[in-house]
Amino acid sequence: MMNILFAAVVLSALGLAFGLILTFAEKKFRVDVDERIAEVRACLGGANCGACGYAGCDNFAEAVVKGEAKPNSCPPAGEKGAKEIAAIMGVETSVEEMKVPRVLCSGRAGVAFSRYRYDGYRNCAVADGLAGGPKMCRFSCIGLGDCMDHCVMGAISIVDGLAVIDYDKCISCGECAKHCPRGAIQMMPVSQTVYVNCRNTDNAREAKSVCMSACIGCGRCKRECKYDAIYIENFFAHIDPEKCTRCGACASVCPCTAIKDLINGLPHRPNFY
Amino acid sequence: MKFTFKRGVHLSYGGKSATSVLPVREYVTDYVKIPMSMHIGAPSEPCVKKGDLVKIGQVIATPVGPLGLPVHASVSGEVTAVEKIPYLMKDPVTVVSIKNDFKEEWVDLNPLGSVESVDPSMIIPAIRDAGICGMGGASFPTHVKLSLKPNQKCDVIIVNGAECETHLTADHRLMLEYPRRIVDGLRAAMRALNVENGVIAIEDNKPDAIEAMKRAASGRDGVSVCELRTKYPQGGEKQLIEAVTKKQVPSGGLPIDIGVIVLNVGTCAAIADAIIDGMPLIKRITTITGCVRHPANLMLPVGTIVEDIIGFLGGFPEEPGKITFGGAMTGLCIPNMQIPMMKSTNGIVVFNEREAMSMEEGPCIRCAKCVHACPIGLNPYRIKVEADADRLDAAKKLNVMDCMLCGCCSYVCPSRRWLSASFKIVKEKLIRQAKGGQKA
Repeated sequence: MMNILFAAVVLSALGLAFGLILTFAEKKFRVDVDERIAEVRACLGGANCGACGYAGCDNFAEAVVKGEAKPNSCPPAGEKGAKEIAAIMGVETSVEEMKVPRVLCSGRAGVAFSRYRYDGYRNCAVADGLAGGPKMCRFSCIGLGDCMDHCVMGAISIVDGLAVIDYDKCISCGECAKHCPRGAIQMMPVSQTVYVNCRNTDNAREAKSVCMSACIGCGRCKRECKYDAIYIENFFAHIDPEKCTRCGACASVCPCTAIKDLINGLPHRPNFY
Repeated sequence: MKFTFKRGVHLSYGGKSATSVLPVREYVTDYVKIPMSMHIGAPSEPCVKKGDLVKIGQVIATPVGPLGLPVHASVSGEVTAVEKIPYLMKDPVTVVSIKNDFKEEWVDLNPLGSVESVDPSMIIPAIRDAGICGMGGASFPTHVKLSLKPNQKCDVIIVNGAECETHLTADHRLMLEYPRRIVDGLRAAMRALNVENGVIAIEDNKPDAIEAMKRAASGRDGVSVCELRTKYPQGGEKQLIEAVTKKQVPSGGLPIDIGVIVLNVGTCAAIADAIIDGMPLIKRITTITGCVRHPANLMLPVGTIVEDIIGFLGGFPEEPGKITFGGAMTGLCIPNMQIPMMKSTNGIVVFNEREAMSMEEGPCIRCAKCVHACPIGLNPYRIKVEADADRLDAAKKLNVMDCMLCGCCSYVCPSRRWLSASFKIVKEKLIRQAKGGQKA
């Protein structure tokens, strides 16, 4: 009987002592972890792609809560995510439209003229340094896959010497645009479904001598546009996304099939006359 | 005693046998295209226009910037175009096309006389006005190399006659046929900088050249000939210095930091031409070999078009796969046959399709052959990992900037990995980063 009582008293005393120590430690060494970090983390894309400029999603969530990063700088989370994060943080956010990468070149093999047959290291930057690349056009997609190598989602493939993006897989992190040595991939608002699929700013004669599908700045699209959304600069048609209504009239008249209309699926014609 | 450096690779020099016994022949085309950027540094500014008549040796472009060099007409005749053409580099290059009238009209040259009696202060300006750049391949302006800062002191000038590249025999023939010119050029450089020692370094696979140079050097003040073991890259500047002086150039430094200047044999001969005859650099010896019907060593006016040269030598016996300016290891591929050769083109090598074929890249098997081959002592396989992942800072820590792109690592790699090609990109990116940082 005595033994049991003794054990019970000792254990209770120990429990009390440890309880006091824990209480003291809890009061004294308390670290405030903001529960918002976990909430913000849950709104993000979760791919650890690094598009925000931070070392992964956890790091970004911390930065948002500290106020270092803006709620709308996670491209994969998009508009919805940015709004949710802003609600958690209780701040206003200007929700920027989601941007997607577009390969601004229609110079497939056979459409863009070839300068030489390239058989070396499969790297765009190397080929670009060799007499200006294997394609005659100095603005073209080189098509050796630097973007493909840097795509964390495996969304890019090279088809006919041209980078093709699978938008089902793409999370709009922008790594491809960053690693293109020519800047042939650019980030565009997702709603801009009509765009000039070329970057050639040389004059018509030069542009036509390097690629069948180059924009030559002829101005037919400008005449066709009812909304005054197109202007020609440096022998190149620029479409003003503010004025453009995405009607696609320009794409249907472009003699070089250089304007792409994603909604109407233009150009229908293959890239030659 | 034969000198050498650590590591490196032993190449097959069978390609040299086709042209090493052929004397230099003269060939002048009826049409030249002279590029404006044949040297490192800003391209020169053309000062002639379409329709002008030029004489041989006339200045057709004026230097721009501190590393600029003038460019001279290599034939006489009418300027038919000043235009931009795609060249070996990323950006197109301005070329001046001249149609040769074969009148052989020269401008008035200004010879300075014997190299032993000329005023030493006249030598470096004469070299600059002659438009001389390094003729071994890197084409660094020679007058800049020879202009020392007040705190620098040069103890020895090494003349690079190693010619460690495969296929090329241009320097070999130059040493056999114009040995006195090379010694004269070396003496001129030595007198300009008040240097006591001049060493002519030649690989031991050219015993006839060593003999010829020894004969030409006998009786000249401070000039000696040094025999080197045949190994690639023996003719690399830093390797040559290590072999001859047993001193290493510090990382990121220049040879002048340890009191050494290295000049190519072709550069020396050009210096002698500029001093003794007042002749600008308008011609050079080039080896044309490989898959051509009659390989040859030709004395060509600068700006001769490759197609004309190949046509003169009887065309291709079989379908060519690749044509390079320079040898198989460090040569640059040319994009088409309309490309003109330049001051630093020491060889035009044509490979057939089988030779030119690239192997498929395999995974690294960690055999460390590249580590044993790298003449600088880098770890190429580790740099390649960082280069593929685009981690520039990590690559910089592994001293990728010391890589001179000799290609030894790619040559020995059993997995055929593109080692030096990717280092070139990393180096370019780092240089661009450094320049961007300075501007910001």
